[in-house]
Amino acid sequence: MIGRRLLADIGNTVRDYVESLGYATRVFFTMIGLSGGLWRRPRLVVEQLHFIGNYSLLIITLSGLFVGMVLGLQGYYTLTKYGASESLGLLVALGLTRELGPVITALLFAGRAGTSLTAEIGLMKAGEQLSAMEMMAVNPIQRVLAPRFWAGVVAVPLLASIFSAVGIFGGYLVGVKLIGVDAGAFWSQMQSGVDLWKDVFNGFVKSVVFGIAIMFIALYQGYEARPTPEDVAGATTRTVVVSSLMIWWLDFMLTALMFSR
Amino acid sequence: MPNLVEIRDLHFSYGKRAILAGLHMDFPKGKVVAVMGGSGSGKTTVLRLIGGQIRPKTGQVSVDGQIVHQLKTSDLYLLRRKMGMLFQHGALFTDLTVFENVAFPLREHTDLPEELIRDLVLMKLHAVGLRNAARLKPGEISGGMARRVALARSIALDPQLIMYDEPFAGLDPISMGVTANLIRNLNDALGSTSILVSHDVKESFTIADYVYFLSQGKIVAHGTPADMMVSTDPYVKQFVHAEADGPVPFHYPGKSLAEDLGLGARA
Repeated sequence: MIGRRLLADIGNTVRDYVESLGYATRVFFTMIGLSGGLWRRPRLVVEQLHFIGNYSLLIITLSGLFVGMVLGLQGYYTLTKYGASESLGLLVALGLTRELGPVITALLFAGRAGTSLTAEIGLMKAGEQLSAMEMMAVNPIQRVLAPRFWAGVVAVPLLASIFSAVGIFGGYLVGVKLIGVDAGAFWSQMQSGVDLWKDVFNGFVKSVVFGIAIMFIALYQGYEARPTPEDVAGATTRTVVVSSLMIWWLDFMLTALMFSR
Repeated sequence: MPNLVEIRDLHFSYGKRAILAGLHMDFPKGKVVAVMGGSGSGKTTVLRLIGGQIRPKTGQVSVDGQIVHQLKTSDLYLLRRKMGMLFQHGALFTDLTVFENVAFPLREHTDLPEELIRDLVLMKLHAVGLRNAARLKPGEISGGMARRVALARSIALDPQLIMYDEPFAGLDPISMGVTANLIRNLNDALGSTSILVSHDVKESFTIADYVYFLSQGKIVAHGTPADMMVSTDPYVKQFVHAEADGPVPFHYPGKSLAEDLGLGARA
């Protein structure tokens, strides 16, 4: 008897999970399918890009600077053990463009912009704004979700490149200006060691993928939240937790695909 | 007068909980029809079914000759352009100004030049007495004003059908009277049909041409407001005269007090 109930519970849980996954997939493709109209009204995306991107800029720039500085310090201590402190520029640049830039930017973006989007859409739903839109014959997936989604997908790679650029500058400040690594060696090692396609472009692809994941998770959590204070709060938390785990998992998969040979 | 909206043998339930059971209703063109009943009687559900936001279990709702739940999404959206709905709390877009809220349906559904949109929006706002509040944000106006802005927004495209969900709830007596007059005047000026969901007897009876009384998902009485005032139906009597005793019990149904206090054995 208990065995049968357990089996039924497991079955129900799996079925609910598959159903919600299927529903989320449908919302995703509906949103992509309805995105064509944005070409006629690019202003909707630009407004969101300004809102989402601009407000994340400060935290991304500051974090990039400090991550670069720490990378400069730690890298220098390790590299001097092997007498390779001239390679500091290469280490900082590779570390940032391949991994730290895309990943930390994505995590910060999920916390800074993702949560605010989930809360915004959850509260719009609670205030019947999405229902009102539907009754005005305007599809909220098209009018609310799609412009935010594309704005985020554009914003994350841009922010990641700013993060990496500022990070390299931070590494330069600590390595060259503070510790005294030769500036020529710092830049020339970086120039010869970093490959535009293999390193920079792959890092860019990563951040695009992270952008798609974070934006969809954040928007979907808000869109599907039940319109109560507890549920909107819970959805906001889930945005951070699910996006972060997703970012780590995607990063591992993409790194394995891109850099293994 | 032909009917704009017809409801035939309509059943609806959330899961296993039945909300509406076998409704028949007619909403003739040009009339203001009130749907009245206590909280949880299924009034708002009727509006959501007419708007096609939910699907009936059985039966049908037809609007302007089209059966709502059989329409493709694109056709449903076309039909909704002929409808305006006023939500209970206005449901204004909080990130837009009063002006932009009213302009929203015009911008979404028309390619009108900016000057024309401006004139139309100001005329709609003038109709609800809030032309001078155009630059304010929804957070800066009172609840009653927000309701009027939402009303201006719902009539922006001159709809054939206007639905009002509890338009009087939470309003002070002055705003209530103002809103009631607006509903009647707009209906007559636009030549549209209005469905008024409310539990406010005085205001609804003042402006409605016909009234349906809903209780536990069924129509218990219908007629003109004058008929309802003198009705001997126990539910209508209790509702219209706000009596505590009647067919609607004060206590939520369930176990008796004696059972809950453990006195059942002694009794």
